Amino acid sequence: MELDPVILSRIQFAFVISFHIIFPAFTMGLAAWLATIEGMRLFTGNPLYRRIFDFWLKVFAVSFGMGVVTGIVMAFQFGTNWGVLAERTGSIQGPLLGYEAFTAFMLEATFFGIMLLGRDRVPPGFYFFACCLVSLGTMLSSFWILANNSWMQVPVGHEIVDGRIIPADWREIVLGPVMMVRWPHMLLAAFLTSAMSIASAGAWYMLRREHRPAAQVMLHWGLGLAAVLIPVQLFFGHLTGLYVLKHQPAKFAAIEARWQSQQPASEVLIAWPDEASQRNYFAIEVPRLGSFIASGNWTARETGLDAFPVDDRPPVVIPFFGFRVMVGMGLIMLGVSWFGNLLRWRGRLETTRWFLWGTFLSFPTGFIAVLSGWYTAEVGRQPWVVYGVLRTSDAVTPSLTTGDVLLSLTVYVLVYAVFGGFGTFYIYKLLRDGPVTAAEAIPNATASRPLAFADTAATATGSQTGAGGIDD
Amino acid sequence: MTDPSTLALFWAAVIAAAILIYVLLDGVDIGVGILFGTTRDEAKRGEMMTSIAPFWDGNETWLVIIGASLFAAFPAAYAVFLGAFYLPVLLMLVGLIFRGVAFEFRYRSGGMRRFWDAGFAYGSILVAFVQGAAVGAMIRGIPVENMQYAGGAFTWLHPFPVLTGIGLVLGYALLGACWIVLKTEGGLRDWAYARIPWLAAAVFAVLGVAFIIALTTDLGAIARSNLGQRSWGLVLPMFSLVALLGLLAGARTRRDAVPLTMAMAFFCTAFLTLGVMFWPHLIPYSVTVADAAAPDVSLRFFFYAGIVVLPVIVAYTIGVYWVFRGKIERLKT
Repeated sequence: MELDPVILSRIQFAFVISFHIIFPAFTMGLAAWLATIEGMRLFTGNPLYRRIFDFWLKVFAVSFGMGVVTGIVMAFQFGTNWGVLAERTGSIQGPLLGYEAFTAFMLEATFFGIMLLGRDRVPPGFYFFACCLVSLGTMLSSFWILANNSWMQVPVGHEIVDGRIIPADWREIVLGPVMMVRWPHMLLAAFLTSAMSIASAGAWYMLRREHRPAAQVMLHWGLGLAAVLIPVQLFFGHLTGLYVLKHQPAKFAAIEARWQSQQPASEVLIAWPDEASQRNYFAIEVPRLGSFIASGNWTARETGLDAFPVDDRPPVVIPFFGFRVMVGMGLIMLGVSWFGNLLRWRGRLETTRWFLWGTFLSFPTGFIAVLSGWYTAEVGRQPWVVYGVLRTSDAVTPSLTTGDVLLSLTVYVLVYAVFGGFGTFYIYKLLRDGPVTAAEAIPNATASRPLAFADTAATATGSQTGAGGIDD
Repeated sequence: MTDPSTLALFWAAVIAAAILIYVLLDGVDIGVGILFGTTRDEAKRGEMMTSIAPFWDGNETWLVIIGASLFAAFPAAYAVFLGAFYLPVLLMLVGLIFRGVAFEFRYRSGGMRRFWDAGFAYGSILVAFVQGAAVGAMIRGIPVENMQYAGGAFTWLHPFPVLTGIGLVLGYALLGACWIVLKTEGGLRDWAYARIPWLAAAVFAVLGVAFIIALTTDLGAIARSNLGQRSWGLVLPMFSLVALLGLLAGARTRRDAVPLTMAMAFFCTAFLTLGVMFWPHLIPYSVTVADAAAPDVSLRFFFYAGIVVLPVIVAYTIGVYWVFRGKIERLKT
């Protein structure tokens, strides 16, 4: 593989987006969780909810800050590295991403300030409203991003006039059938990621015998939500598979590692696909199952990669393993959440320590599933950046040199390593300290620094409202 | 030269307004960050950060509004601009990252606080410098062929953009000092007041030199720009000068709201001067508004963002400033 601006720009894009997507996937669910908890606090007046809210708000603040700064980087990648893509498809992608900035980004950023620092500056009802708007903002954001990405995956509603790509039907572009499958898939992925993380944190405190009432809420809510959502997610995952089969048959063949067309087709459960020899080593296959999964009958002919010109075939290894890792994570979530609820029903959830350990250790399942699913979708659509319309290799900014991208890639990796490393460490520290009460958290901070940011803000307002008696 | 459509003009106006709003609002945050680096007094630093904490995130988002609008309405200009400023944009993003995470990280970092404080201060300087340098490079003109940037990664680097970069660092610091005066009391306010005359003089000196260079040297920027034909535009720098004098008078008489108002008036007139120089170019002096406009079907779809959503954004931006109005000491109660 030669290092040219195209491959380096692809690595850079993949790196930047992989780093970025972790945070929205987490904060989208957390924002909804915070709004829910704040709603519970508002309507029940139970101080336990306030403690849980203040704790997760701090985690949210750090993650959200990292999501914002990496998101700004994302917004500029299109122009810096993919100039031809920006110029040729800008009349479609521009407005979609523009609507994201206008409807979502500003909403989140503005009301996030109130959420973080405005607890005692606005009425309680308005504070709850601000929490809901932040949550709405995160979901709107994902709506436009997925609309845009879905158009790049399966471009519809456009026409090509004199080589220019012109939008023809915005309804089709924004609300295309692919979008209406992929957006729920992403939303559910984000909620599952947060649900598993919250349950995992609860399990951790249970194991350490700390913060028991709060930990119980986290454990019950997290596992309960995951148990309900995971079957829905499996259903939307299935629908996603159907769109891939219909619109991106080469990607489907790559995911299945099906090098030759087969009738009837077997299903490769696990194997080591080898691009050079175009075959699978160590394959475990189920005869006829491939036909059944794709076409619903046991004898259908299924398309292999050999049906496509060599130049139009995607890489196989990443989509093949990415898909299997994603599904594997989904099955773990299914097992943990359903078994957890079974234990809870029998009243043994809090005492079954081996299961609490399992729940604790399953915290990364959502993140891994999101990343591997994203890789499957993005690598599988290669060599196209806009499927069937514009090749990735033709989309790069012409003035870029290998040196430019090598430099920028190095800078991004170094910068992200520094602040990503520390950010993760600070989130870990917050989680380790757990939902302590306001008085424990701030020995002397409020007096000198009343509104100094998440660390003290949430707890400072806590102590103030505690003194002022707004909600205690 | 073809005339731009009404929709294209609308979007050019929206983008210009968004840039101005960004410079006025985030300029304050960045300026406070620059001044933050000039003191080691923890109490002052804490107050400075508190004064901008509720706003910086929303203000920074105007940068995304600008980028997204440019991409949506003028994709060709977006591609050229970000190609031409590949490295400056990278540096700006690095600066913004360190600035942004410093707000969250410094209070939980223990022994690393010095590091994040330095990130906040140097990040602010980097962002301001790069934005100012980009303006200087645009005044000199940007090479374009076939609607794609035709220069190298370092074409922007030249003594003139370096000068304008330094000018904007000082200009943002001036905005920041005026903001601190408005939002704080006591020692920090005195400290900021003492810095205003020096910063104003430095801004005046650097921009004066830059203006003379642009008028006289081989840059020929003024001649190639439209200030040659629109000499009435030279009235605008006069207003800038008046605003600077008003700023100094306000600082001398210690009327807390006057310096910031005057500093913003100064930035507005400077911005209008650039507008007169560049119009009708989006990328001076190669890509016009009409050249770069997306098809009307895109502009019409995106029009609702500008006519419906943008006023809502402005309304809640004002709302947040209203919620957090007043001197920061009073926030305690």
